[in-house]
Amino acid sequence: MRQDLSFHNYKRVYVWELPVRFYHWLNVLCVLVLGITGWLIGRPPGLTSLPEAYQQQWFGTIRFVHFVTGYVFLFNFLFRLYWGFVGNRYARWNQFIPSTRRRVNEMVEVIKVDVLQTRIRGIIRIGHNMLAGVIYFVTFWVFLFQAVTGFALYSGMSDSWIGRMCAWVVPVFGGDAVVRQWHHAMLWFYVVFTLVHVYLVAYHDYVEGRGTASSMVGGWKFEREDLLGH
Amino acid sequence: MKDPGRTLWQALQEKGYSRREFLQFCAVTAASLGLKASAIGAVVEAFEKKPRPPVVWLHFQECTCCSESFIRASHPIVADALLDVISLDYMETLMAAAGHQAEKSLADTLKAYDGKYILLVEGSVPTGGDGVYCTIGGRTAIAILEEAAKGAAGVVAWGNCASYGCIQAAHPNPTGATPIDKLLRRTVVNVPGCPPIADVMMAVVSHILVFGRLPDLDGQGRPKEFYGRRVHDTCYRRPYYDAGMFVEAFDDERARKGCCLYRMGCRGPVTYNACSVSRWNGGVSYPIQSGHGCIGCSENGFWDKGPFYQHLSSFPGFGIESTADTVGLALGAGVAVGVAAHAVATNIRKRSLIAENRQESVVAREPSDDKKVQP
Ligand code: SF4
Repeated sequence: MRQDLSFHNYKRVYVWELPVRFYHWLNVLCVLVLGITGWLIGRPPGLTSLPEAYQQQWFGTIRFVHFVTGYVFLFNFLFRLYWGFVGNRYARWNQFIPSTRRRVNEMVEVIKVDVLQTRIRGIIRIGHNMLAGVIYFVTFWVFLFQAVTGFALYSGMSDSWIGRMCAWVVPVFGGDAVVRQWHHAMLWFYVVFTLVHVYLVAYHDYVEGRGTASSMVGGWKFEREDLLGH
Repeated sequence: MKDPGRTLWQALQEKGYSRREFLQFCAVTAASLGLKASAIGAVVEAFEKKPRPPVVWLHFQECTCCSESFIRASHPIVADALLDVISLDYMETLMAAAGHQAEKSLADTLKAYDGKYILLVEGSVPTGGDGVYCTIGGRTAIAILEEAAKGAAGVVAWGNCASYGCIQAAHPNPTGATPIDKLLRRTVVNVPGCPPIADVMMAVVSHILVFGRLPDLDGQGRPKEFYGRRVHDTCYRRPYYDAGMFVEAFDDERARKGCCLYRMGCRGPVTYNACSVSRWNGGVSYPIQSGHGCIGCSENGFWDKGPFYQHLSSFPGFGIESTADTVGLALGAGVAVGVAAHAVATNIRKRSLIAENRQESVVAREPSDDKKVQP
């Protein structure tokens, strides 16, 4: 057994407030539902039975679910943006932007730890680490892109004012077909993001043992006492 | 040159049409403009009193399908009257004049009706190689267009060529084919389609004539009356779409039943046009009714959005058959493999850290079953 040095006291830190956790899980649900229904809208499966058209409405229902979930997704996202201004320090908007030299260094450090699997040197913030923060920042732009292109496509079939607000996107892309293509292609961003995100959470929890995974349920993370900022 | 001072009513009378037939024509026009029945009077008045505006029709890079469509408007009297609604002072396909005579006729019209004539343009304009790919009477299309547009009261771009460049602007666009509204710094009414529907063309011209101004346009310069809805929105196969009943091969049971052509690559859901409302050839049919999916001929760059028989177009740079999903799937699989490899590497490279963490673990005191637990 090593020296005392290897024994650390850990302190609980309340990192994710309830609204943040709520946002996270609602967002998970929305992305799942939107992804699956979106995939089906793009590539509907063939059915083996041949009823009359009036006897079923499944494709219409799937589209309806996609549109409703789109609204939930958008407002949930807008709420998160709002919370970036009123939430605790870990939820703040500036957590996502590597604005200082120290933050950039931390980002590089996390890339080394995550990709090259080196040991952690220096202090990595307990909220979003800087790399995660930057990736979420990119993700927010993709959220916005999906919401705007989605509602732009929706504007062709609805009078919703949100749709109308996004309608300008269509001429910019050069037509519904192109908007649809990109809206569909971005589905793969979510697939890749989810794979990497879930894996890295598991990875950090596995090698660090500080409750990274469970923090999104209870809100608590654990930090070594000797590393806690004052 | 026909006398543009005359009204349409006068022109029709000379052709032997009765008052009744004239009023029928006015009613058809009002209906296709989406006017209330009470507004038919305004149409009658316009055609009776307003002198027909002189019209110049230019042809550039095109196949003349727009002209062919235009002279085949649905109602017989409409078709006949159509060419009298406007006084075509210059139109290469239909005018009697040729050569220098024709060029003179064009020059005369531009001068005599400066600021009053309507310019209808069919075809795109090549800008590559200083415009040499399309020259008429020794002048480039760009020069002719710019001159003719200067004194025009309104400019209408017929068809996908003039609106978006159509097939000659498809990748790699060797002649630099350019749509009209990209060349003129003014409002251009885009009437896309390959070709546009005859009745829509007629209605656009009538609109300008009756109201004396251009119709309301959407974000892509198209008249909202005819391009406000997608082919899909009024498609008679739509119930099959909502029911999720799709044709899967052109000779299957569902094709015979007339199910939705979405899976066969139908572009109806992304195509703004009036086909499913007005249909073609006097309301006889339209592509989807004939069993073939819409190819989106009135949409920007539709040639480059192929293949026509699959719903998602191929992804640029990844070959004809690859859709966004092919690329995405490869990407997702690659990431999954990477993650798995990373997980294996973690257990090797981080084993000392993991071992250390384990050593830090303390034995938690558990409630003993022997003694009574004190609260
Ligand atoms: S056939 Fe085409 S336009 Fe008609 S409902 Fe199906 S997808 Fe829409």
